Amino acid sequence: MTREEIFNGVQDIFRDIFDEDDMVIKNATSSDEIEDWDSLNHINLVSAIEKEFKIKFALGELMTLKDVGAMVDLMLEKLK
Amino acid sequence: MKFLEYPFNGDLILRKKKSIKKDLLLKGDFIEKNVVILGGSTTSEIRNILEIFLLNNGIKANFYESEYNKFYEDALFGNDILDKFNPDIVYIHTTNKNIIKYPEYKDSEDEVTTLLKNEIERYKSIWNSLSKINCAIIQNNFDYTLDRSLGNLDSSDIHGKTYFINQLNNEFSKSSREIKNLYINDINYLSSYIGLKDWFDKSLWHQAKYALSLSAIPELAFSISKIINSIFGKTKKCLVLDLDNTCWGGIIGDDGLDGIHIGTETAVAETFTSLQSYAKELKERGITLAVCSKNDFKNAKEGFEHPESILKFDDFTSFKANWDPKHQNIIDIAKEINIGIDSLVFIDDNPVERDIVFSQVPSVAVPNIGSDVIDFIEHIDRNGYFEPISLLADDINRNQYYEDNKKRAVEQSTFKSYDDFLVSLDMTADIKSFSSVYLDRITQLTNKTNQFNLTTKRYTAGEIENISSSDEYIKIYGKLTDKYGDNGLIAITIGRVEDKQCHIDLWLMSCRVLKRDMEFAMLDELVRQCKEKGVSEIVGYYYKSVKNNMVSDLYEKFGFSLADTKDEDTVWKLDISSYENKNKFIGVSND
Repeated sequence: MTREEIFNGVQDIFRDIFDEDDMVIKNATSSDEIEDWDSLNHINLVSAIEKEFKIKFALGELMTLKDVGAMVDLMLEKLK
Repeated sequence: MKFLEYPFNGDLILRKKKSIKKDLLLKGDFIEKNVVILGGSTTSEIRNILEIFLLNNGIKANFYESEYNKFYEDALFGNDILDKFNPDIVYIHTTNKNIIKYPEYKDSEDEVTTLLKNEIERYKSIWNSLSKINCAIIQNNFDYTLDRSLGNLDSSDIHGKTYFINQLNNEFSKSSREIKNLYINDINYLSSYIGLKDWFDKSLWHQAKYALSLSAIPELAFSISKIINSIFGKTKKCLVLDLDNTCWGGIIGDDGLDGIHIGTETAVAETFTSLQSYAKELKERGITLAVCSKNDFKNAKEGFEHPESILKFDDFTSFKANWDPKHQNIIDIAKEINIGIDSLVFIDDNPVERDIVFSQVPSVAVPNIGSDVIDFIEHIDRNGYFEPISLLADDINRNQYYEDNKKRAVEQSTFKSYDDFLVSLDMTADIKSFSSVYLDRITQLTNKTNQFNLTTKRYTAGEIENISSSDEYIKIYGKLTDKYGDNGLIAITIGRVEDKQCHIDLWLMSCRVLKRDMEFAMLDELVRQCKEKGVSEIVGYYYKSVKNNMVSDLYEKFGFSLADTKDEDTVWKLDISSYENKNKFIGVSND
């Protein structure tokens, strides 16, 4: 799976969770920019990503992610 | 929405919940209810998903959620917001994570008993405190802990957590039998059904203090929604079964009585027998059974004469075996039994028939059961169509009424006039003020009667209890017996007395006693009690609903005069000074 494919999959999940069909995310998108991206929605996002891509994040891994780019990079690593 | 029924995709619901909610809200025609969630752990996603399942059942909920783990404080001491919230339902989401103290290995049996008692008392004080506000309480029992350091011994040694939880759950069940309005949400079963290892997510607990996994949340919310459905009388009443390859294997018309698969001879025959047994169990607790099959009537009936058949022809209140389109038969079944079409669940192995019925009469529940009988029971069971909140004698006897009714119908056709028929029924009625033994049944009727119901006002058990003990109200129930049997408690009238006027808040009657003049006997008693209280005028209200058209002219028939009209709602008045009793056929005993 390429980074772009992963990125598009993640974008679809963002669109569903935040219910905005035309939402566009970038590598630098972080929780500061999306109003509804609070800690509980973060859990929902991560869980949806885990289910969609059939991967599992360890507890510690999630603490350090600062933006979407870092998240996708970590996923790319796991999906190799 | 079909994808909110078993077997639903919980992950999809979680992901798309916002757009699902928007779509559901477009449907309109909701009843609004106030729902409080008191959580012993994080509940925000539980609320979101529960909201969706309730909307899907026509209930629009306003939620109040306690602060994290403030269930005890909120229940006992309240707070300003909660006090004003006026809840219909309080759901207490506690799990094994809320157990304060498990036994230690050194504890004696007495000390373990004390710990159990302490734990139970906490919940009892919550329930007691909540019983002051008239609402239904839905309480989780306890799930097992994922870890059990005593291994298998954990369930039998008095120091085991599993043992402790089992004792607590028994106590909860006992309390729910004693405390009116307390309903147990059985997460002990639900977590077993899902599998404990999928039910609880350690990582999610540590990250967000959810006491169950995200994937388990839709299952939990679905389970709660089924109890709420039942509280508000939205459960189904009749199971309609196809015959060939549903009630038995094979085709009776082609294979003959000896050729169909039923009984214990083969594995295939056994699976059909299981389905029949399940249907029989439903029937024994008051669910009505019907047949809707494309068959010659004679062949269809013969199928149930198979010596191994659990179900017999007489088990079915309505039996449609012919070559008419099934949706037409389904409509006839509802008419014949005299229940709303949305009270039916239709089970058929043939997807084409399911489609026809579902597309022509969408209010009938038509689960996509597939074509393998081994899956059918789970579709009926997991969807909670027939979920009861209590087992009342009236439910268990209900099918008897319908059978008696068939006899009544036969007699009716042999009398010269309808009056002659009514006389021949030897009807007697108890028409009296509410008494405590009947309050459960009264609450149940107020919540599930739709057709003969002037205001369709729903009451909680607490409200009924208050009305029962209040002098401001005239509150009458009616029980009707005739020569064929006891119809049970079938009519309720609640009037609020204010300045020499009696306002009828509720007037309902079960459709099983339609056209028996029972409503006249009720009116006579209402007038009698009104006069006792110095009332001179009765004010009746008709609020139009989707289902209560049959009583739009009831007050007119009673001789009331129209006082006000708003859209299709009407207000009626009756001066009772010159009222003459209207009932001629029923022998009444009153207080």
